[in-house]
Amino acid sequence: MANGPRASAAEVGAWAMLMYRISGWLRSPTPYLMLAGFAAFFGAWFLLSEVFRVWRFASLPGPRAVLLEWFNPNPVYGMSLYTPDYYMHVWMSLRRVLYAFVISTGLGVPFGLFLGWSKVFREFTFPVFETLRPIPVLAWVPLAIVMFKGDETPVIFLTTLASFYATALNTMLGVQSIDESYPRAAACLGASKWQIFRHVIIPGALPFMFTGLQISVGVAWFSLVAAEMVSGEYGLGYLINSSYVNVQYPVIIIGMISVGIVGYASSALVRLAGDYLMQWRVRELALGGAR
Amino acid sequence: MSAVVDSVAPQPARPRQPVLRHPVVRAFVSIALFVAFWELASRLNWPWIGQAPAPSKVLDAWMPLLNDHGYWYSWYQSSRRVLSGFLAAMLIGIPFGLAMATSRIFHDVAFPVFEILRPVPPLAWVPAAIIFWPTQELSIGFVIFLGAIFTIVLNVIGGARAIDGRFFQAARSMGSSNWDIFRRIILPGVLPSIIVGCEVGIGITWNVVVAAEMISGGGGAIQSRAGGGLGFFIWNSYIGASYPLIVVGMVSIGIAGYISSAIIRRLGILATPWLRVR
Amino acid sequence: MNAPAPMASKGAIRIQNVDKVYLAREGAVQAVSDCSRDIRPGEFCMIVGPSGCGKTTLLNAIAGFHDITGGAIYLDSEMLCGPERPKAEPGPDRVVVFQNGALFPWKTNLDNVTFGPVVQGKMTRAEASEKARGMMADAGLAGVEHNYPGEISSGMRRRVEIVRALMNDPKVLLLDEPFRALDSLTKSVMHEALLEIYYKNKVTIFFITHDLEEAIFLGHRVAIMTTRPCKPKKLLEVDIPHPRNYSVLTSPRFRELMEETVSAVHEEAVKAFEAGEKEM
Repeated sequence: MANGPRASAAEVGAWAMLMYRISGWLRSPTPYLMLAGFAAFFGAWFLLSEVFRVWRFASLPGPRAVLLEWFNPNPVYGMSLYTPDYYMHVWMSLRRVLYAFVISTGLGVPFGLFLGWSKVFREFTFPVFETLRPIPVLAWVPLAIVMFKGDETPVIFLTTLASFYATALNTMLGVQSIDESYPRAAACLGASKWQIFRHVIIPGALPFMFTGLQISVGVAWFSLVAAEMVSGEYGLGYLINSSYVNVQYPVIIIGMISVGIVGYASSALVRLAGDYLMQWRVRELALGGAR
Repeated sequence: MSAVVDSVAPQPARPRQPVLRHPVVRAFVSIALFVAFWELASRLNWPWIGQAPAPSKVLDAWMPLLNDHGYWYSWYQSSRRVLSGFLAAMLIGIPFGLAMATSRIFHDVAFPVFEILRPVPPLAWVPAAIIFWPTQELSIGFVIFLGAIFTIVLNVIGGARAIDGRFFQAARSMGSSNWDIFRRIILPGVLPSIIVGCEVGIGITWNVVVAAEMISGGGGAIQSRAGGGLGFFIWNSYIGASYPLIVVGMVSIGIAGYISSAIIRRLGILATPWLRVR
Repeated sequence: MNAPAPMASKGAIRIQNVDKVYLAREGAVQAVSDCSRDIRPGEFCMIVGPSGCGKTTLLNAIAGFHDITGGAIYLDSEMLCGPERPKAEPGPDRVVVFQNGALFPWKTNLDNVTFGPVVQGKMTRAEASEKARGMMADAGLAGVEHNYPGEISSGMRRRVEIVRALMNDPKVLLLDEPFRALDSLTKSVMHEALLEIYYKNKVTIFFITHDLEEAIFLGHRVAIMTTRPCKPKKLLEVDIPHPRNYSVLTSPRFRELMEETVSAVHEEAVKAFEAGEKEM
């Protein structure tokens, strides 16, 4: 029974496998180089802005100032991990992204599926879709404010629009990427058109669809922050903008970091959901891509 | 000699295709229907789309602008920003990406930092950029640069990784030096991905330019309605309650964006003749 | 005695003067020209020809994936496609096993195999699963029911696909160079496996290949086709008795049959090579 580096997963338990992988990683230069990279970046930032105060860096808040504020139970500017106001801003942004994501997915996925599946539908609908697409989403900001009364609706509309495009387009590409043998096989096995749609088209488009959903989450955050900076109350974009206006510079950085974290987490969640739904791919890739 | 027949064997007679079947006709029909619907909604004051200015009013407002020097100057302003920011992103991003793809050490040091900066939307950087950079143009340029660079770098890395390992083996077995391999295998191999990255990046760049112009007030003379770029034009029209001009600005940007994407795609096709075969 | 599959009474295919012209960039291309064949019920019919000669087009026409521009095809005296109806309807009476495999990667092997009867409503999931397990065990696939196709070897995938097809009791099994991507060792094992499956089921097999040895080893009758346009050039009756096994490959009769036909195949191969035929 081989027990060296080539021990098969069947012989060694999953946990032991994980430990082995981690120890292997720790023994390689990778994690240390990573630390070196971080050290270089934060170190440079720190030195340039707080210690040596080089040129314009002096006006920037340094990492120490940011961290002191962020982790302060009694923050100077009122925003830290200990203040409820902070979480309110985070939640406002998150809520908007959630709404936008749900709506855009609910509309975008079926739309994209039909775009890919039906030539007639595509020829009648895609032209309008493609004509509106070059208009940058953020150019819609003033028009959205005019069209939709209220504060929340324009922001959610903009975010939804951006996500919708990403989702619909990638879903359509997903359908088009399906090898023609699969629907043919289903047809000669006796499946009706709708059964082919359900059993072949939808699962077949899933990989591209989830790539599209990850992109759509990223795009949603992109648009949301911009929209909040221009026209909103509450939210992380608004926080970043208002703390600039009110000369509370460390809060700007806190806002930026928070957006980064929440944005990354939401993207990761979508990816995990995709992995869960596409078990077959995960297993296949684990075997080194049998296909 | 493949059997290309001069006259096709008699086929069962097919009825002439109805006009409505032609894809170009369908495109026209659908766009026309959309514009008509929009006009109707606007006149009937329906909610949402009805609140937008009618296409007829937009056209009325647009015609005189075509002679307005300021309007075209806005085009120039925005395009200039897009171009300079995008070029800067390419000039730095492509080598950076290639370095990360070829050197394991560089990748392990730089990629984690890259990855933690990436989720921060470029527009969130605007205030920090304004604080840091001495002029407004530079801060806008910096934000544009950030917007495009992440996409470009990711695409370069992805493209380099996707190059079939056997090309390297083949080249080595024929005696290529490192520089040869870089010039003749890596660069051409990454080119398609770079082009895709540029197409996506330019879309992001337009978004950022428009937003930056709207947020930071265009940085141009406040007297003239135009001059701060198309984003500023849109925002100003909104402030001045000239709603049809908002749509004029949007459509103008759409056209400009489309042209820039088309140029990139054209350049891309010219640069990769081997992909043209199909 | 060269009898077809035991007591097969259905699955007779008649290809009658079939033409297929399609429009490519360089103009109209005649893929199939005035092709006629009669295939007996239960026959193991082999079609041999160089790459790109149009034999897949013929298979696609029978399966219902393409239309034909002339002639007609009948299955058991019922017209599949012809002048009034240029394209047949794909259906479970003529199931295809594809060249690169078309097992649905997102379904387990068992779900793949039971797909046909379940989706047609002919059996419940439970009934279909039971029958599927039995058939899979017969084909040496016991134990991989709950794996995904991506997790098993390509030889096993082929077998799963064949079982998936046979679950529907088809009249005809259409195989489009199914073993092309396998190495020759796996291929020879698959040949015997296929023959075994054939002996157990009453089904007509329409098998396309470019490999003459494979054709003579497996088939009752081998039709050698010309390069584009596709047309039967030579018909060979393989009178080696069934059931066969690999020892046939070195039998004198096998060698004789090869000698008779190899020059015809080679001639067409050279023509195709010179014409630079690409796979259609």
